[in-house]
Amino acid sequence: MKLVTERRDISSPLLRFFAPVASIAVALVCAGFLLLATGVNPLEAYREILYESLGSVYGLSETLVKATPLIFAGLGVSLAFRMQIWNIGAEGQIYMGAMGATWVALFSGLTNHWLLMAGMFAAAMICGGVWAGVAGFLRARWEVNEVIVTLLMNYIAILLVDFLVYGPWRDPQGFNFPLTAQFADAARFANYFDTRLHSGFFLALLCALLLYLFMERTIWGYQIRVIGSNPQAARYAGMRTGKTIFAVLFISGAIAGVAGFSEVAGLQYRLSHGISPGYGYTAIIVAWLARRSAVGVIIVSLLMGVLLVGGDSLQMLWQLPIAFIYAFQGLILFCLLAADFFIVYRLKLVRGTRHG
Amino acid sequence: MAELLQIKNIRKTFPGVVALDDVSFSVEAGEIHTLLGENGAGKSTLMNVLTGLYHPDRGELLLDGKQVQFTSPRNSLARGIGMVHQHFMLVPAHTVFDNILLAMDRVPLIYDRKTFQQKIQKIIDEFELDLDLNARVWKLSIGAQQWIELIKLLLRDCRLLILDEPTAVLTPQEADRLFAVLRRLQQQGKSIIFISHKMREVMDISDRVTVLKKGRSIATLERGQFDRETLATLMIGSDQIPQWQKNLQMSDKIVLDIRNLSVRNDRGLADLDDFSLQLKEGEILGIAGVAGNGQKALAEALTGLKPVNRGRILAGEQDLTHSSARASYISGIAHIPEDRKSIGIAPDLNVADNLIMKSFKNPCYRHGIFQNLRAIRGNARDKVSRFAIKTGSDTAPVRYLSGGNIQKVIIARELSERPKVLVALYPTRGLDIGSAEYVHKVITDGAADGMSTILIAEDLDELLKLCDRIAVIFRGRLIGYADPRTTTREEIGLMMSGEKRRIAS
Ligand SMILES: Nc1ncnc2c1ncn2[C@@H]1O[C@H](COP(=O)(O)OP(=O)(O)OP(=O)(O)O)[C@@H](O)[C@H]1O
Ligand SMILES: [Mg+2]
Repeated sequence: MKLVTERRDISSPLLRFFAPVASIAVALVCAGFLLLATGVNPLEAYREILYESLGSVYGLSETLVKATPLIFAGLGVSLAFRMQIWNIGAEGQIYMGAMGATWVALFSGLTNHWLLMAGMFAAAMICGGVWAGVAGFLRARWEVNEVIVTLLMNYIAILLVDFLVYGPWRDPQGFNFPLTAQFADAARFANYFDTRLHSGFFLALLCALLLYLFMERTIWGYQIRVIGSNPQAARYAGMRTGKTIFAVLFISGAIAGVAGFSEVAGLQYRLSHGISPGYGYTAIIVAWLARRSAVGVIIVSLLMGVLLVGGDSLQMLWQLPIAFIYAFQGLILFCLLAADFFIVYRLKLVRGTRHG
Repeated sequence: MAELLQIKNIRKTFPGVVALDDVSFSVEAGEIHTLLGENGAGKSTLMNVLTGLYHPDRGELLLDGKQVQFTSPRNSLARGIGMVHQHFMLVPAHTVFDNILLAMDRVPLIYDRKTFQQKIQKIIDEFELDLDLNARVWKLSIGAQQWIELIKLLLRDCRLLILDEPTAVLTPQEADRLFAVLRRLQQQGKSIIFISHKMREVMDISDRVTVLKKGRSIATLERGQFDRETLATLMIGSDQIPQWQKNLQMSDKIVLDIRNLSVRNDRGLADLDDFSLQLKEGEILGIAGVAGNGQKALAEALTGLKPVNRGRILAGEQDLTHSSARASYISGIAHIPEDRKSIGIAPDLNVADNLIMKSFKNPCYRHGIFQNLRAIRGNARDKVSRFAIKTGSDTAPVRYLSGGNIQKVIIARELSERPKVLVALYPTRGLDIGSAEYVHKVITDGAADGMSTILIAEDLDELLKLCDRIAVIFRGRLIGYADPRTTTREEIGLMMSGEKRRIAS
């Protein structure tokens, strides 16, 4: 008897739906043993996760809050994926977006709420866009690999923000913490239901809708789809691939930049060290699992939100170490990626060892 | 003779399509068995089932009388069944040698390059192939790439070789060489399944022919039982072959004037050398020549895909010499490329999207920045029915279409914009006889409307049938013109080999 993998001729839509569901179930079972080993009843723990993240208005709102930056950044990354471009730099673009929005909020002198919002939004998009645009330009002009450039730009962005919050932008009343001063009320998003849920979430949904329309309905989206499918054919049909690569990376970065805007205007009300705990990297996984679809990005981001919020509550309730939470989240991601494999391949037991 | 392989009641469906409905036939040891059928009849799918790439929904395969189930091509290869695909699977950046080595069984981690090279060279010599082991694959002609695929199978000592439309990409001379190789293999007792749309070849080489129609095997005929007409009737059945009439009516107006054109290739050698040609309005001008004598460079220079080193291309008053593909197209040149998979289509997009690849900016396909989906779908419905494109489901990516149907998508797109000039390279390559006739009809109808065509083809019959004038190209130079009404195949053949010139028009 031998176990072999075999490529599926076709992957049915049903399978595409159930494989991730089944993989999460498997992950839960595996994590269950981990929990048992630490003396926690897994069923109780899972109930707790679900209850904390979805079972109350507060929990639900926290889940949405956590999902918000992931949706923005995930959309940005997935847009580039559509053209076979790998934007690994969403993290840096989030920092740049947050920086741009903060500059407008603190130093532009604007006081009108809507003007401030528009200004912060635009600044975040431009900063994020330029950050990714650099990679786009290098790629379009000299074929420089965008993976390396976007990745390295992350470190520059994070250090740049650190420089600002430790240095020139530091709040003089902030007891030397690496923070800027708080934004005025006019530079903040509205909150809903007495929770931390803020307008950023709805902006993210709107952004997903716009991106969907952009990709599937406009002539630019059409060109991106053609280039993503076969750049040679696109050139042959007279499309300008270089220009489009730059534009797509710029927009991709701009959307990720809005995540930074949403974080400072909706949640933190200031720029600080470590403004994003790795949302930009999680966004890559989000975009991958979402299979480039805007709706997929929303669904996966919400799932990640549940994991993040649920993980926090496990940590608090059972005093589980943070390492355990990471292991748990890692397991689930691992299983989801494995499900990806089983959508394309199937396992088969064959008798005999030679041919079959 | 012994039955090597039996195929019984195979059925294979894809979402929304029944690719194979019920197929049965058998292959004997030492026979050349041809599969014949319209585009999309299921030939390639059947072969993929045979080699284990696809898994049948129903039916069985018997090898040497014993039932087998292949889970992958590696699996069937181990049992002596090998296939050359309609679209090759080579690593373009690697050398010929590396590509062959990749496919070999049990290559040790540290190998002796020399022994392997000798082994491969032996096969090359045995079959008198002309192939440089150290050449990079991307620089080779498609015909040469096919030899690589074949050598891979010969090294693996296959008992049954499957060749899916091998001659579609070969020149007639290369095809003859292939047939010589196939006959030699047959004498060694090997069996061959051969797929082709070219009747002449089918008549020439087959011991038996099985006809597929809409996923069913409808007849198997022995040598002596079949001739062109019976096969065509079986294959096409009640479907009519479109009728068309050629009427010579070109004017004297010159639409395209090519003057002393020189184009260099990647190796820096001249593909076109001081080449001059005049295309008149409404004419179909054939370019005859042994493949590799500059035809492709001519087409690419005309359509702006390749830079011109010297010389000029004039369309009326306009100088087209230095312009991108887009600008050329706007000036009205349509192009049916040679290499359909790599530059002709966006494989992940559906048929409707592929059909508008060059005209998506056209006002009728958009409302401002938005695409006019209704118009785009309407256009697709129209083209699909006119060109008899067989699509699985409307939304399926074109990559799942059969080879001939992909070709039809490209032709439909290029001819739909009522181009003033058409540059067509081997347009009927891979098309079944009905579709090939339809394409001929569209080209002649276009000519009647004033479209001028440069038709590059290797099939002299096709050129003689279709063209108003035939220009013969040899080593990148124009050797002369021939008049299809008075010339003979022999005369053109002599001109193609550079032995005879005749400059007149
Ligand atoms: N992977 C696939 N997914 C969906 N449909 C497919 C797939 N492969 C083939 N088909 C469909 O099955 C049918 C048969 O295709 P096949 O490639 O076998 O035709 P063929 O006889 O080889 O035609 P041609 O002469 O044009 O090469 C076509 O309608 C095609 O669209
Ligand atoms: Mg085929």
